[in-house]
Amino acid sequence: MAKELWKGNEAIAEAAIRAGCRCYFGYPITPQSEIPEYMSLHMPEAGGVFLQSESEIAAINMVYGASGAGARVMTSSSSPGISLKQEGISYMCGAELPGVIVNVMRGGPGLGTIQPAQGDYYQATRGGGNGDYRLIVFAPANIQEVVDLMQEAFELADKYRMPVMMLLDGMIGQMMEPVEWKRPALSPEDLPAKPWATTGTKGERRPNIINSLFINPDACNDHNRHLEEKYQRVIENEQRYEINDADEAEVLFVAYGTPARLARAAARLLGEEGIKAGVFRPITVWPYPYEALHEAASKESVRAVVTVEMSTGQMVDDVRIGVNGIKPVSFVGQAGGVIPTPREVADAARKALGR
Amino acid sequence: MAIVYQKTKGLTDAETHYCPGCTHGIIHKLVAESLEELGVLEKTVGIAPVGCSVFAYDYFNCDMLEAAHGRAPAVATGVKRVLPDHVVFTYQGDGDLAAIGTAEIVHAAMRGEKITTIFVNNAIYGMTGGQMAPTTLVGQRATTAPLGRDRNHAGSPIRMAEILATLDGAAYIERVTVISPSHIMKAKRAIKKAFELQMEGRGFTMIEVLSSCPTNWGLTPVNALNWLNENMIPVFPLGVFKDVTKEEV
Ligand SMILES: Cc1ncc(C[n+]2csc(CCOP(=O)(O)OP(=O)(O)O)c2C)c(N)n1
Ligand code: SF4
Repeated sequence: MAKELWKGNEAIAEAAIRAGCRCYFGYPITPQSEIPEYMSLHMPEAGGVFLQSESEIAAINMVYGASGAGARVMTSSSSPGISLKQEGISYMCGAELPGVIVNVMRGGPGLGTIQPAQGDYYQATRGGGNGDYRLIVFAPANIQEVVDLMQEAFELADKYRMPVMMLLDGMIGQMMEPVEWKRPALSPEDLPAKPWATTGTKGERRPNIINSLFINPDACNDHNRHLEEKYQRVIENEQRYEINDADEAEVLFVAYGTPARLARAAARLLGEEGIKAGVFRPITVWPYPYEALHEAASKESVRAVVTVEMSTGQMVDDVRIGVNGIKPVSFVGQAGGVIPTPREVADAARKALGR
Repeated sequence: MAIVYQKTKGLTDAETHYCPGCTHGIIHKLVAESLEELGVLEKTVGIAPVGCSVFAYDYFNCDMLEAAHGRAPAVATGVKRVLPDHVVFTYQGDGDLAAIGTAEIVHAAMRGEKITTIFVNNAIYGMTGGQMAPTTLVGQRATTAPLGRDRNHAGSPIRMAEILATLDGAAYIERVTVISPSHIMKAKRAIKKAFELQMEGRGFTMIEVLSSCPTNWGLTPVNALNWLNENMIPVFPLGVFKDVTKEEV
């Protein structure tokens, strides 16, 4: 099929519709407003629901309701708005409701800046809401990958009955790239039934209840155990990552999203000087591909692991867990909307190698 | 022998956890009977709040969702937009609806969301132990207003029925109470009418029900009803504040 030029935010919206999503609730915020704008036109065309909510809190709770009613549903926002969604995300996890949440990250904390950043990594992977819960978090690095992952995001959300987050930095939301629509578009009729949904009993079954309250501590503990077992299954089955040019690499970059592209550019710069560098790129940042990273870092050639982020260093914690002390781990990054240059990244690698 | 009365099919057999003399139970019954009489229980989805009625999902005999504190109107919006042919209602207390969930209820009403809200106003936070609500009367004691609500410090009670009636999206707004059999019958008529107008797609409907909280008011059940009659009704007058069917003569 022919390639088309798409802007990241619009591509993710279109990919959602092609994944059978017929329900979108959201509130404007830069740098993701093209998503609700696109949805406002194209969701009704597809026979779906678009609604601009009064806040991100309302949007995520509309997602909760629509998901409870059995719909494939999504919301999107950027960092400050995602903070407001944390309550609803926690409730969705507790009530085991599927849904896709897109975060096109900008600089923080607080109002920060509208420029691209990755400062929400802890929030996405550790949970910004209350309680023991997890999200599947995809961190695509180009627009083709964004659209390829979108259908999978909805599928996994339905399969595990949990929210899935698409964690993009603002760069990926705002830039344009060629996209090929590889998967056939789904319509809601193609999707698996949800016998647990609150769609009215129709006199055919006992009432369904969507709920996250377990007032009895033993029941609440059991529920947590049940969720934990589910998360373990996700950990076992859903880790995604990519490794580039790691053979004989002296330095292993670890980066997700836009910094993974910078790391590749830095690897080329180093290659010109005869320093071999590889890039390990987690595609799911939860579940984090710890073992795969450990294996990549344990190669004899690797002398240093360098984490690259558009933050002051958050994913580096996971890198340290994965590498587990077998190789030195260092960090290079810029926060608050400043993007590190490939030269800075290459310099950090040289320093880590002691050159 | 002819059956003169039987329990509504709109309620499950679960024993409720409400305190003796609490009028939440009466209000549940009126909602459930209305849904049964309209023949829509099988296509009704209800939203329980956070508050004393949090377990409403175990009591109403229809599909139910439990929402976060104050967010029931947003959850109901999500449900109704997916299931436009269904009857969707929220059941919310005054802390839930008039404090933490103010934005959600105002905007659901503004959009003319075709849902019905049962707003149980007992002038206090029941579940958490009698703290001040936005509906607490001036001078009324609460565990966070031990000397009584002070107007200078905490303002005076918010009248949600009146506020929401100003919005074009609201189709029917009435304030009722359940302190006597005649009041209860009136409340039932109001609730049923709200559901009917929802089914006709007329817009947002809300019935505010003045309800008692003997436990946190520190009164016997009977004295609580008297207190409500003497103190709450003057501040929260009963009546219809919006009725689209009356506007179009
Ligand atoms: C976000 C959040 N804040 C606070 C609470 C604690 N809380 C539970 S019920 C409640 C008050 C409920 O009062 P109201 O809505 O008046 O209902 P009532 O119990 O009187 O029926 C509060 C503050 C909570 N569950 N969630
Ligand atoms: S605390 Fe008050 S509102 Fe709650 S059940 Fe008891 S009497 Fe009713």
